[in-house]
Amino acid sequence: MSTQELFGVTRGEVDYGDVQGLVRFGYKRMSEASYALVRVKSVAAARSWLRSAPISSAATIDPPPSTAMHVAFTATGLEALGVSASVLAGFSSEFLTGMTEASRSRRLGDVGSNAPPHWEWGSSGSVPHLLVMFFAEPGRLDAFVQRSTGDVWNDAFDTLRRLSTGDLGGLEPFGFADGISQPAIDWPQQRERSDGHIAYSNVVALGEFLLGYRNEYDKYTDRPLIDADAASAGLAAAEDAPEKKDVGRNGTYLVMRQLRQDVRSFWQFISRHAGADPAAADTLAAAMVGRTRAGDPLVPIQDHAIPGIGSQPDQIRRNQFTFDQDPAGVGCPFGAHVRRSNPRNTDYPGRQTGLRRLIAALGFGRNRFRDDLMSSVRFHRILRRGREYGPALSPSDALAPAPPNDPERGLHFICVNANISRQFEFLQNGWMMNTKFSGLTGESDPLLGNREALPGCPVTGDFIMQEDGGVRRRVSGLPQFVTVRGGAYFFLPSLRALRYFAGTQR
Amino acid sequence: MTPQSSFMILAPIDPQREAELRRLLASMNDAPGRVNANNRLIPFPRFDTLHVARWLILDDKTIDDGRVYGMPRPTYPLYLTFLGDVDGGADAFLEELAARAPVGLLALFSCCKGFTPETDLVAWMKKHTIPSAAGYVNWRGRTVRRVREEAALREALEQHVQSRARDLERVPPREIHATLRQLVHVDIAAGRLTLSAEGPTPFKWWFGNLLHLIGVPLLLLLASPLLIVVAAIGLVRLRRLEKTDPELCARVDQAYSAGLALLEDHDVSNQFSAMGSLKPGLVRLWTTIFVLWALDYGARHLYTRGRLARVRTIHFARWVFLDGRKRILFLSNYDGSLESYMDDFINKVGFGLNLVFSNGIGYPRTKWLILDGCKDERKFKEFLRRHQLPTEVWYKAYPGLTAVDLERNARIRQGLDSSSLNDREAREWVALL
Ligand code: HEM
Repeated sequence: MSTQELFGVTRGEVDYGDVQGLVRFGYKRMSEASYALVRVKSVAAARSWLRSAPISSAATIDPPPSTAMHVAFTATGLEALGVSASVLAGFSSEFLTGMTEASRSRRLGDVGSNAPPHWEWGSSGSVPHLLVMFFAEPGRLDAFVQRSTGDVWNDAFDTLRRLSTGDLGGLEPFGFADGISQPAIDWPQQRERSDGHIAYSNVVALGEFLLGYRNEYDKYTDRPLIDADAASAGLAAAEDAPEKKDVGRNGTYLVMRQLRQDVRSFWQFISRHAGADPAAADTLAAAMVGRTRAGDPLVPIQDHAIPGIGSQPDQIRRNQFTFDQDPAGVGCPFGAHVRRSNPRNTDYPGRQTGLRRLIAALGFGRNRFRDDLMSSVRFHRILRRGREYGPALSPSDALAPAPPNDPERGLHFICVNANISRQFEFLQNGWMMNTKFSGLTGESDPLLGNREALPGCPVTGDFIMQEDGGVRRRVSGLPQFVTVRGGAYFFLPSLRALRYFAGTQR
Repeated sequence: MTPQSSFMILAPIDPQREAELRRLLASMNDAPGRVNANNRLIPFPRFDTLHVARWLILDDKTIDDGRVYGMPRPTYPLYLTFLGDVDGGADAFLEELAARAPVGLLALFSCCKGFTPETDLVAWMKKHTIPSAAGYVNWRGRTVRRVREEAALREALEQHVQSRARDLERVPPREIHATLRQLVHVDIAAGRLTLSAEGPTPFKWWFGNLLHLIGVPLLLLLASPLLIVVAAIGLVRLRRLEKTDPELCARVDQAYSAGLALLEDHDVSNQFSAMGSLKPGLVRLWTTIFVLWALDYGARHLYTRGRLARVRTIHFARWVFLDGRKRILFLSNYDGSLESYMDDFINKVGFGLNLVFSNGIGYPRTKWLILDGCKDERKFKEFLRRHQLPTEVWYKAYPGLTAVDLERNARIRQGLDSSSLNDREAREWVALL
């Protein structure tokens, strides 16, 4: 008997042809990319463009394609396309309300210079309807974009913004290797679904990244389920409600934020604190990120394997670690970007089983100050698909004063998740911006923090590095290195849902 | 040790004056969710034994949920409630309150039925006091004064560490401890810092607590033969009910939820107020009574040091029966945002959530009272949000400090109190700074 029968559910194999490829692929080979943020000018033309657009699926093709295209919609975009209110109502409230609601801004740290009124796009009046993403192998992007955006496109859309991306060869603009740690999606849906994981695993339930499948709670995330009729005939049935058509299945949410990085300020600040010693500067910067510039972790590799990180020596060297070996935060500071964004913890700290687990669950046993301060990370993973923009600037060149018209650099941060509030927003609010993360106080993420004062917390711009048996080192007065320039929540539909939104040819 | 106590005043609002009351309450805030500590009605910070307090109108949007059981729509009065947690006795606090804020209290309570300008404030408040079915205090004996002193201590230590960073480098932890201890003693002698000794434990409280500690298990033991039989029957019955009790976990109205969010995340801590009706029948009622009773016992005797089971983010919480135990109110003060609070609960004490809340109408389906239920995360979150009430005015005496901060500061103080630590202790102590 297969596990599927055992649990009394039939789990369909994923129809990769229906999933937008971005969920499965990062398109490393397609090093050129640009994003168009557009508003619908003519509904008919927009639908017509959508019907013929060659949106890439997650199916593997041989030989691999040299270009890819993806499309995602904001809630206002779906509305503009004529998607009915009753269908829209099935989407999550974060998606429907959008990224810029005042209460949400407070939680996301979008206050001060990060506040939506300062944004270049995404705040009221400049909310895009669609995000169209173009990827291509070197030298092919321009032609590909041109080919895809002909007359119909021009009739259909007003371009709000065309965002270009750069390729810094696997580095982000501060100069650190990026894209090293990603969750491994459990495509075959064979992940152990019991409660109480005691070992960190990098394999995450499919339902955390695609709607219509079981998530880490072993449940289905809410999404629009509609009655079957002629228009919805092409949609798949809902796994958990077979009489309904599932608008969400094989689709997911995409979070996009344009994050400007002040590369000069970053390295100048660090260099000043490192007494102008480049090696010391590298060490301090690595402590803030939680990895060296080359991407190596700051804590030792562990002996036992971690599911889902891969088995190549390189993968082991870079990802076979948790912070269990560094409970005092001496190797990797508690506040380091990667320790905040993925504490690599489990449901129960300390790998307890049996009676000891029961004692721990009831809150007895040995209670040290730093024990058990964070919620289990498996409910808060995101799939990062962002790309950097702006020209390269090496750490040493960054020490020079900015020339006039210094081009902007940064990250078009993109992440994919099925539950924006539990995944992206939790991460951003509870871990990155939280000045109280992991028992710390007075500091938010060293890279992302807005350094804004809070009631009773005048200082949020510190960075603490624990010393082994000594007094912690504190770097104070971190300036804001990253500023939000725009952002929105999108729905990245399945290809079936896309056809449903676009309607049939009339 | 000075134990904490809680007070809660509950009175029906005079419908004629609801609008005025709402205006008055709003006038105590700088903006929704941000209390004006120096508001004209209740000068919260002047009460130096007051930890947290809130005013709210119990406008239960789920009042008609009983219809899923065919129950008629009940008619409850619309209540105003004022509650808080204080050091020392609640009566003493109410007297101080009446003495210091008579005008404000008069204005607010005049909007309640049966209150006239001639009413004796203290007597009226005592008469309208309503007890909790269960209460939780993060750290028993930690007074507001101690919180402030320990926060100042930490601040002072931070500065010493910063200004002497060079001297402290490569110095063994025990020496660091000794040096800083010395510096703090100088601060104390110079009057820059105060570290008050713990006050005496009131004998009456101590004795009552001891009796409760021993008496309750003793009674349980005596009653156990009967209890076991009743519990067995009850459990079978309960399991049957669990299979058919309807769920009410629909998506919360966007505007309602947005209104609640407006009040949240202004401080590192938040308030949470929610109410709902109990499922009909004696089995549910007695299960709730028993569970809350056990919870209260646990909170009183076992979870008195910063942890409610594994949860470390609750400052104060309580459960209160209303309207002849037909309805129940839950009020808490927690750290972080609501989403993380709910996740923390589901993942760490899901069994406890189910025990306590699953007897409320509409709760996501449980199994044997502790399984499933809140593990249906989306339903649970909608359920809670749906029952949540806007807290009109919320005060916390120490903005910017989480319960974990308070624990850290207390540990720092504790380590400083001992003249010599062993190597491991000194190491752990230094790491707290
Ligand atoms: C300009 C802004 C940002 C920069 C420069 C940046 C930089 C980095 C770097 C260098 C890494 C290490 C490489 C790796 O593990 O792949 C990393 C990892 C990561 N970042 Fe960021 N990041 C930024 C924004 C964000 C934001 C906004 C989030 C989410 C809210 C985020 C979440 C993560 C996560 C989840 C990881 C992987 C951690 C792990 O699994 O070990 N980052 N980032």
